[in-house]
Amino acid sequence: MSEVRLQIDGQEVAAPEGATVLEAAQGAGIPIPTLCHHEKLEPFGSCRLCTVEVERGGRKQHVVSCVYPVAEGLTVRTRTPEIERIRRVILELYLAHAPEAPRLKALAEEYGADKDRFDKESSFCIHCGLCVRYCAEVKKKHAVGFINRGTKKEIAFVPDIAARECWKCKECFPLCPTSWLQAAYVLVEGILFPREEQQA
Amino acid sequence: MERLHSPAELEAFRKAVLADRAPDQPCITLCAGSACHACGCNDVAEAVRVELAKQGLADRVHLRLTGCHGFCERGPILVIQPESVCYFQLTAADVPEIIEKTVKAGERVERLLYVDPDSGDPLAREDEIPFYKHQQRIVFGSNGSIDPKSIEDYVAIGGYSALAKALSEMTPEQVLDEVKRANLRGRGGGGFPAGIKWEGTRNAPDPVKYVVVNADEGDPGAYMDRSLLEGNPHAVLEGLILGAYAVGAHEGYVYVRQEYPLAVENVTLAIQKAEELGLLGDDILGSGFSFRVKVHRGAGAFVCGESTALMTALEGRVGEPRPKYIRSNVRGLWNRPTVLNNVETWANVPLIIQNGADWFTRIGTETSSGTKIFSIVGKITNTGLVEVPMGMPLRDIVYKIGGGIPGGKRLKAVQTGGPSGGCLPEHMLDLPVGFDELTQAGSMMGSGGMIVMDEDTCMVDVARYFIEFLTDESCGKCVPCREGLRQMLAVLTRICRGEGRDGDLEILEDLSVVAKEAALCGLGKSAPNPFLSTLRYFRDEYEAHIRENRCPALSCKDLIAFHIDPDRCRACGRCRRKCPAEAISGAKNVIHQIDQDLCTKCGTCLEVCPDRFGAVRKISGEPVPPPLPEDQRTVRARG
Ligand SMILES: Cc1cc2nc3c(=O)[nH]c(=O)nc-3n(C[C@H](O)[C@H](O)[C@H](O)COP(=O)(O)O)c2cc1C
Ligand code: SF4
Ligand code: SF4
Ligand code: SF4
Ligand code: FES
Repeated sequence: MSEVRLQIDGQEVAAPEGATVLEAAQGAGIPIPTLCHHEKLEPFGSCRLCTVEVERGGRKQHVVSCVYPVAEGLTVRTRTPEIERIRRVILELYLAHAPEAPRLKALAEEYGADKDRFDKESSFCIHCGLCVRYCAEVKKKHAVGFINRGTKKEIAFVPDIAARECWKCKECFPLCPTSWLQAAYVLVEGILFPREEQQA
Repeated sequence: MERLHSPAELEAFRKAVLADRAPDQPCITLCAGSACHACGCNDVAEAVRVELAKQGLADRVHLRLTGCHGFCERGPILVIQPESVCYFQLTAADVPEIIEKTVKAGERVERLLYVDPDSGDPLAREDEIPFYKHQQRIVFGSNGSIDPKSIEDYVAIGGYSALAKALSEMTPEQVLDEVKRANLRGRGGGGFPAGIKWEGTRNAPDPVKYVVVNADEGDPGAYMDRSLLEGNPHAVLEGLILGAYAVGAHEGYVYVRQEYPLAVENVTLAIQKAEELGLLGDDILGSGFSFRVKVHRGAGAFVCGESTALMTALEGRVGEPRPKYIRSNVRGLWNRPTVLNNVETWANVPLIIQNGADWFTRIGTETSSGTKIFSIVGKITNTGLVEVPMGMPLRDIVYKIGGGIPGGKRLKAVQTGGPSGGCLPEHMLDLPVGFDELTQAGSMMGSGGMIVMDEDTCMVDVARYFIEFLTDESCGKCVPCREGLRQMLAVLTRICRGEGRDGDLEILEDLSVVAKEAALCGLGKSAPNPFLSTLRYFRDEYEAHIRENRCPALSCKDLIAFHIDPDRCRACGRCRRKCPAEAISGAKNVIHQIDQDLCTKCGTCLEVCPDRFGAVRKISGEPVPPPLPEDQRTVRARG
C-alpha cells in the first residue's frame, strides 16, 4: 500500500493510503480528542469532538478526523480557535447530562468547558454508541441497541439476549465514558432477569 | 399495448393517438390532485359523468381527470377546453348548469368564474387570471392538461420524444454535455449542478451505477414534488431514463414517501405502462440500452430525504445519515456510483434534451437557469403551487401571483427554503429568487417552500417554531444537532416566555456555529438558519423580548396582556358575555375590566369589542394600568 504525505499542525506526516486523519495524527503522536472512536470498531462519527480543519487547494473546511481519509498534500490543523470553540461547546452539551464523568471532566478542564452552562438533564448516556457497536461488531450479539430517534433516543438492552449473554461478558462496560451503561444494566438486571434465573 | 421498437414507431404511435382525438372536441379537465380530492372533486367528476350521459354528450365530450393545477386553494377546479374556461370551487350541484350553458351553448357561468380583486371583473381563462398569468409553467404546466394514468396523454403532448431523440441521435456524452451546459441545478435543496454530479458518476470506474429519484419531500407545507409525481409521472421517468443513459446506469429507484399514496400509485402505473410500450426495460426503442426502475416506499421521516440517509433506507437499513467524505455520486447506494436527484430536477431533463441547453439557459438568471416551482402558503391571498422563472423578485411572487396579504395587514417577512431556510424581511422583497441570491441573504432555495408572514408574526417565535420542528426531526446520531438543538429550543422557548437572560444570544450563536460547522448531515448543518436569519434581520425583536419583556408583534402569549381602556368602554357587555374565562367584570353602565389573573389571553374580547368603541387593547412590555376604583366605574356621558 502506498503512502501519502500530509501536514498536521505544521508537522510532516506520512500515512498509508486509506487511513483516516485521526489515525495519521495518532501515528505521529498528535493528540485529537475522541469520545465515540474505538480502534476495533467501524468509525461512527457521532461525537464530533475530533473535528479538525483541513485545507485542500486553498479551501478550508471543518471535518471529523475519525472518518476523513488522508490525501496527498492535505494540510490539517487540529487546534484553531474555532476548533477549540466547537470542542468546548460540545463538551458543555455533554456535561449537562453527565457532569461527573471523569473523561468529560478531564476534557472540560483542557478546553475550558463550563459544566453549568446548560440546564442539567441527567440522562447519563451520551450516545457515543460504543456499547452498541462493540456488542454488534465484536461480540456479534446485539444485546444492547438504540431505541427511539432524536432527542428521545436512548440505549436499551434486549432483555432475552441480555439475560443470556451479558452476565458472562460485560466487555462493553469499561468502554462507556459515563459509566451509565453499567447503571442501566444493573437496573435492567434487577427488573427483568434476577440473578438466580440467569444461572439456572 | 404494442411494444415500440424504434423512435419511428413511437412517432407513429403518437400520430395514432392524436388522430383518435378531434382537436376541437370539447374536453372537460378536472383537477384530481390530492388537494382537490380532499375538497370533493370525486363528487364533481361523478356529476359530470352523469350529466354528460343524461344530456347525450358522453361520446362527444371527453372528461379528463388531471393532476394538480396549482391553485389548490380554489379547488375543485374545472377547465373546459378548447376555450380554457376555468371554474373554481365547484360542487356537484354546479355541474348541470355548466354542461348546459358552457359546453352546449358556449356561454359562461358568471358566478363560478374567478373575479379579479382589483377591477371586480370576472375572468374566464387561465391566462387572464393573475395567479397564472405571471407564471411560466414549463415543467408544471402539463400537469393540468393530462391524465397521469394515461401514457397516451403524455405521448400526445410530445412525451418521450426527448428520449427517442437522445437514444437515436445523441451519445450518452452528448446528453450529459447538454445537461451540463444547461447548468441545471438541483431543485431539492442545495442547488448542486446536476451535470457535474452526473459526470462524477459517469466517470467513476465501477461499472454498476444507479440513478435515484428523491421523492421523499419532508418539508412541511411543501408539496410540489408530490404534485409533479402524481400529476405527470412520465416526465419524471423520462428524465430518469435520460439520466441513466447519460451516466450508464441500468437500474433506478423512485423513493417516495408512504404518505403519498396517489404518487406511489401513479408512478407505479407509469412504470408498468412504459415497460409495456418498450420505453423501459430491455433494448429501449431498439437502441440496445436497457434500464429498469423500482418504486421504494419510505416511511416519512424528514431526515430520510437527506441523501445518505435515503440511500441507507433504500438498502433496507434504518435511515440515518452516515459520515461521508466521498460523494455519493462516486460511492452511494451499495457503495456504487449513484446519481440522486430531486423529482423536479429530473422533470426538467426531458425539456432540456428536447429544446436544448441554450433554450434552457435563456430562462432564469445567469447562475440559476430555468424555472422553480414554489409552494406559497401563509398570510397570502392565493396559496398554491407556482412556477416562475428564476430571478423573479420575491415581491412579484407575493403580490402579482400571490395576490398580496389579506386583511389589510402589512407583510413582515417571507420564509423560504423549508424548515431550515431563513426569513427575509420586507425591505428585501426585491431580491431576485435564485440559488445564490437567497443563500447570500442568509436564507436558501431549499425545496421551494415559501411562507408569507404578516405583521402579527413574532420572529422569535418563528425561529422557535422551526427549531422545534427540527429538534423533533433530528435523527439523534450526532451531538451538535441532537443536544445543540435541544438547548437552542430551550433558550428560544425561554425568550418567548419573557424569561430571556443576558448571554442568551451568545449561547444561541455558539450553538449555531457548532451545529453549522460540526454536525454530521445537512439537517444539523442548516438547522441554525431560522435563528440566524431572524437574528440578522430582526435583532431588535430578540432584544425587546430579553431586555424589555416585550413582544413587538404582540404575539407571544406570556408577554402580552389585554386591557380595556376605561375612556372608550361603553359597557356594552359583549366582551363580558363572550370571555370564555369569565375574566371580565362590569355591568350596564359600569366600565368593564379584565382580571389579569383569570385572563387566558385568547383575544376574544379584542375581537368582539365593536370597532366603533375599540376599547380593548393588546399591550406588551408595559405594566397593565391598575383597575379603576369602584366609584369611578360608571360610564360618563360623552360629547
Ligand atoms: C434533512 C434533509 C432533508 C432533505 N429532504 C429532501 C427531500 O425531501 N427531497 C429532496 O429532493 N431533497 C432533500 N434533501 C436534499 C438531498 O439531500 C439531496 O441534496 C437532493 O435530493 C439532491 O437532489 P438535487 O440535486 O436534484 O436537488 C434533504 C436534505 C437534508 C439535509
Ligand atoms: S451507555 Fe455509555 S457506551 Fe453506551 S452509548 Fe451511552 S455513553 Fe456510550
Ligand atoms: S445532524 Fe442531526 S439529523 Fe444529521 S446526523 Fe446529526 S443528529 Fe442526525
Ligand atoms: S383575552 Fe380572552 S380571556 Fe382574556 S379577557 Fe379577553 S376574552 Fe377574556
Ligand atoms: S471520534 Fe470522531 S466523531 Fe467521535
